[in-house]
Amino acid sequence: MQSMTPKEVSERSGLRVNPCKTCQPVGAMYAALGVHACMPHSHGSQGCCSYHRTYLTRHFKEPAIASSSSFTEGASVFGGGSNLKASVKNIFDIYNPDIIAVHTTCLSETIGDDLKSFILDTPIPDGKYVVHTNTPSYVGSHVTGYANMISGFIKYLSVKTGVSNGKVALIPGFINPGDMREIKKIAKLMNVPFTMLPDTSGVMDAPMTGTYNMYPKGGTTIPDIIGLGDCKKSIGFGEFATTLGLEDLRNKCKVPFVSLPLPIGIANTDAYVMALQEIGASEVPYELEEERGQLVDVILDAHPYFDNKTVAIYGDPDTVLGIAALVLEMGMHPKYLVTGTPGEAFVTRGKDLMAQYGVEDAVIKASADLFEMHQWIKNDKVDLMIGGTHGKTIARAEDIPLVRAGFPVLDRYVHSYIPIVGYRGALALVEKIANALMDRQDRDCADEDLEMVM
Amino acid sequence: MDAKGRVLDKYNARVYKNRKEHVLVKATGDQPQVIAANTRVIPGIMTHRGCCYAGCKGVVLAPIKDVAVITHGPIGCGFYSWGTRRNKARPGEDGKNFVEYCLSTDMQEADIVFGGEKKLRQAIKETVEIFDPGMIMVCSTCPVGLIGDDIHAIAAEAEELYNRPVMAFSCEGYKGVSQSGGHHIANNGLIKRVLGTGSGTRIKHAINILGEYNIGGDGWEIGRILKKCGYHVVSVMTGDGSYKEMQEAHTAELNIVQCHRSINYIAEMLKTKFGTDWIKVNFVGAESTAQSLRDMALYFGDQELIDRTEEVIAEEMEEVAADMEYYRTRLKGKTAALYVGGSRAHHYQLLLQDFGIDTILAGYEFAHRDDYEGRDLTAEIKEDADSKNIESITVSPDPEKYHLRLTPEQFEELKTKIPLDTYPGMIRDMKDGAVIVDDLNHFETEEFLKLLKPDIFFSGIKDKYVAQKGGTLSRQLHSYDYSGPYAGFKGAVNFGRDVTMGIYTPAWGFVTPPWKHTPTLVGTYGGDF
Repeated sequence: MQSMTPKEVSERSGLRVNPCKTCQPVGAMYAALGVHACMPHSHGSQGCCSYHRTYLTRHFKEPAIASSSSFTEGASVFGGGSNLKASVKNIFDIYNPDIIAVHTTCLSETIGDDLKSFILDTPIPDGKYVVHTNTPSYVGSHVTGYANMISGFIKYLSVKTGVSNGKVALIPGFINPGDMREIKKIAKLMNVPFTMLPDTSGVMDAPMTGTYNMYPKGGTTIPDIIGLGDCKKSIGFGEFATTLGLEDLRNKCKVPFVSLPLPIGIANTDAYVMALQEIGASEVPYELEEERGQLVDVILDAHPYFDNKTVAIYGDPDTVLGIAALVLEMGMHPKYLVTGTPGEAFVTRGKDLMAQYGVEDAVIKASADLFEMHQWIKNDKVDLMIGGTHGKTIARAEDIPLVRAGFPVLDRYVHSYIPIVGYRGALALVEKIANALMDRQDRDCADEDLEMVM
Repeated sequence: MDAKGRVLDKYNARVYKNRKEHVLVKATGDQPQVIAANTRVIPGIMTHRGCCYAGCKGVVLAPIKDVAVITHGPIGCGFYSWGTRRNKARPGEDGKNFVEYCLSTDMQEADIVFGGEKKLRQAIKETVEIFDPGMIMVCSTCPVGLIGDDIHAIAAEAEELYNRPVMAFSCEGYKGVSQSGGHHIANNGLIKRVLGTGSGTRIKHAINILGEYNIGGDGWEIGRILKKCGYHVVSVMTGDGSYKEMQEAHTAELNIVQCHRSINYIAEMLKTKFGTDWIKVNFVGAESTAQSLRDMALYFGDQELIDRTEEVIAEEMEEVAADMEYYRTRLKGKTAALYVGGSRAHHYQLLLQDFGIDTILAGYEFAHRDDYEGRDLTAEIKEDADSKNIESITVSPDPEKYHLRLTPEQFEELKTKIPLDTYPGMIRDMKDGAVIVDDLNHFETEEFLKLLKPDIFFSGIKDKYVAQKGGTLSRQLHSYDYSGPYAGFKGAVNFGRDVTMGIYTPAWGFVTPPWKHTPTLVGTYGGDF
């Protein structure tokens, strides 16, 4: 397994091996699926759309609908205007969504298709909407594409009427529907009215009913997106995925924002609860205090199994930073923080976090890949890996327990339903981490050392 | 109105005009039927097709385990085609297995603006330094063709510099109308630079297996059976394949073709270049496997081989008989719809027949007309602008390696008995009244499932959960839902087991909550608490 990976790390400037990111459009597609009755549309060659739908379906085990402009060589030379026009007509005729959310691909970006004017030129049925965002695959990562699609919705739709709706706008980072539910649950417990954009809960975790609905019940509604302009404040969770949306809403509709980390771990969830407390001027309800207290209780109870265990965490920047915060709270020792998404803020935030806990030797790298992380591990092993499916080859090669979290998880079930955010989410992740480490101890120890009570 | 009419009726005029040519109802009698295929998708229609890159890199080239395939482009294409197709491979003699790795130039904005050639050169250099592969292939993605990076010149330069073959494939996603164009481009490259470039001589009862990608270990199971019969497998194209083995492809006496669509160009060109005959085989289904083994033995006409083949068939059939019979009792009378590939929609009908399951709808994703109608087409396939964009190469007989095994008379005689240098297509094997749909899209999938109500829908991951959410079991025939192998005699049992568990899994019984059937509001009489 991965036996050609040499221990010696060599500088690479041309070759990416075993990436820890993918391209923008898949993120845009995921964000668009978080809008009710929305058809994500990929403006480019149909292979992109096919790959993205495939990937989202493999992660969520749910249908991921999206259409494509199906470029051929002709469209690539003469531009994709007529392909988009035909697409919009056919999509409304056949699939009848409320809104089409167009994102571009490296193909349509490279030939310089002007989506804004294409859409202006396209007849749109009454009461229906077409929005777009630019998602060149050669900039940023899928996280960037997710952020860009949110920005597209806000730029096209959100309006400030001058009358506050008393709500807070919640913009989640690139997380699972289960996480989105948990973020909403906390806002409800805090009695703060809100609109969440995007909201893939009820879409990418729709229940089995015996009837297929192309547009399941979930997703942010168009009136709610329009109403984001009247929110009194917005909160973003994860700066890589949400800063753009927060800024757009402020610039367009003067909605002030708070940018928070993804609420993974105790302190990050505390920050969210306190931000809600400030907005709602309300007391934190006992239910939340109870959840928090239970989480702290469990971490204290089990701390001997966590203490100083070394961890490699990889995946999307906001997620990795959140998980790093949690494992530090558990007394663990993050050794490698890796994201493929570019952005030095990842390193800065990571270092700040390590400094708070006096961890000095963590290697933190953005624009990195799993091949390089594997080489580091070969030189200095860790006790645990936390991240998506693509780390499993390393975990096997080096015999390291792996806890799956983040995107993409292609090889397990249920993960998209169980949150890792909030106090409850942290509890679930703590259990996974504890089980991984303790199962390993049970597996590796001598017969006479097998503990009946742990 | 028939099923076709009822589904297509809902389209607007332009879409209807196009789609009606892609949908057929199998007519009674032997009258040949014509279907439109391999034409471009209507924009906005939710097709399940992929692109040229997916066909070239993803399908044909990636399974070659000892070649470092570098994707030249932004990161997505390389990432999506990394480890997701289940083309299993074990390291070969050189200990290398690139199937586990994803190599990409991860082009950034500056590379698009100023050109990506410099980065590609550097990437090849680093590939050589880190992995030292015997052969390198470069596959381009959409923007590469648009900005004009000359990957072929860079490959030639690197070949000289690093003293090993470096090949380039211009398989940009926008070329052609589906994955199919990519298969062709990959076939062209392999025939030009790899196949039959070795120095070996003909080997008795030696074969190449073409169009077998070792999904779920199918190729290994087929190889096991063939070896048991006494064949020498020179190379597999391309599942668990090795470029070193493919270089010796000319030493085979016969090429057997499993997936016609993706590899028929190579089969044809190997015939022209080396004189090697090919036959269409199908190792999906126990009966089909037996038939294919008999066809192969008949081609060689060697009594010892024919006898040994019968022994193997009897032995293997005996081994699976009880299991096959058990699953047949569980599955007989069920109906199936299939939408997959360029060959599987045909192959799996024959496996389903082993269990008494009728196919009521079948369609290919990226096939051409010959995959439906057979290679002896009644009407010539007209080349359109899209198909002309895919290079069609011609080869000539190799002066030293060309050899015809059969005399023209023997050839003609055998052709009446086995599918020699031909493929009769899918339609022929379908029952009257069955629906045949080319490039079955999302809308048609939903509608046909509602109308025809098959017990099981075999397809891919994108439509799997669409079917299941609607209450129809769906199994993936691209990935076998991570099971397999499904090929050969034992594979048929695996398949029967998987379909049976899918149909009878208890959770289906819980889809509708009991309170939807049972009145839950119990009436009370006045004063009765």
